Amino acid sequence: MWKWLHPYAKSESTYRLCQTLLPWFSISAAITLISGLILGLMFAPADYQQGDSFRIIYIHVPSAITSMSAYAAMAVAALIGLVWQIRTAYMAMIAIAPVGAMMTFIALFTGAAWGKPMWGTWWVWDARLTSELVLLFLYLGVISLYKSFDDKIQAGKAAGVMSLVGVINLPIIHYSVEWWNTLHQGATISKFDKPSIAPEMFWPLMVNLLAAVLLIGAITLKRLQNELLRREIHRPWAVKTLLKEGKS
Amino acid sequence: MNPRRQKRLFGILAVVLLVAAAVWMMLSALSENIDHFYTPSEIINGKEGVTPSIGQRLRIGGMVVPGSVKRDQQSLAVSFDLADTGPLVTVRYAGILPDLFREGQGIVATGRLTENNLIVADEVLAKHDEEYMPPELAEKMKGIKHVKPDNLQSESKTDSGY
Repeated sequence: MWKWLHPYAKSESTYRLCQTLLPWFSISAAITLISGLILGLMFAPADYQQGDSFRIIYIHVPSAITSMSAYAAMAVAALIGLVWQIRTAYMAMIAIAPVGAMMTFIALFTGAAWGKPMWGTWWVWDARLTSELVLLFLYLGVISLYKSFDDKIQAGKAAGVMSLVGVINLPIIHYSVEWWNTLHQGATISKFDKPSIAPEMFWPLMVNLLAAVLLIGAITLKRLQNELLRREIHRPWAVKTLLKEGKS
Repeated sequence: MNPRRQKRLFGILAVVLLVAAAVWMMLSALSENIDHFYTPSEIINGKEGVTPSIGQRLRIGGMVVPGSVKRDQQSLAVSFDLADTGPLVTVRYAGILPDLFREGQGIVATGRLTENNLIVADEVLAKHDEEYMPPELAEKMKGIKHVKPDNLQSESKTDSGY
């Protein structure tokens, strides 16, 4: 059943796969990002309570949701690496990590900028904000643990265990607004109920969410390619690829 | 799956489960001890049988009672009543209020209980719900017309013009 995945344990075929996927991801990311921002910032109506300030939702929510999905993806890569001992899986893990960290930082930063005018504070130590900050530290921990080993197989194992342990934080972030009394309001779209946002505000948000997913995908693919080349620079396929791309 | 991989998979699952259990126990202990959050009726009637003592630092969350906001003309000092379902608690505060502070709005204030129904707050934060909609829809669905306090004067003038 999973036989079709086996070639991608080989670094060269993974590199080729990234090469094929990359243009699709980057072009569609650019299209959705631009159209989503135009729709959200110019065409969506202002909110009844928060006026135009609510528009920061179009950056804040996509980055917050994808910061968690990127972590989940990173943990899956770590699990595959640890159990099946596949080197390319560790490379995928470390390719996602900084991208996820960037999304977490954007979510925290835009959240602070939104909190100041609306709530009256940049930061409160409430459960949602604190657990999202812990997510940033987890990403930074995984990255620095990976960097601190010279043997990259060892590095992958150590960072992989850390990213798996950190998965505990994902449900904590998601349910923090229900389990504790938080200043942060409850979920608007990521719930089983009907989203509590008007449709003409909801669809631009979905476009932006898609844009964030595609953007993460594109950057991760490029980073994975770089990681593959860097690690296999002595191998004939890497040399050949670099020479060919240098010429064209 | 060969036995070595199976062993590794179960090893990893065991570690993750152990950490999950540890974190869960920590968090449930925290939520019992650290939560100094009260609603106005809990301050008057007690929370699980215990009323907060005078001088205690706490957080209070409730709705601003319409018509209870009194501003000092010379300074930033303001006082207002908070309510949930029962009795009122008065909050005094000197400082800049958040944009969303309005009558009828949900508020979280941090401060010291100085009398059994008076809190001197050093921080007032506005809480909003997870609903977003355009103003026209809000008016139709909820019958609320949210007007910023500064615009209140001009709005009522145009209304009386009809």
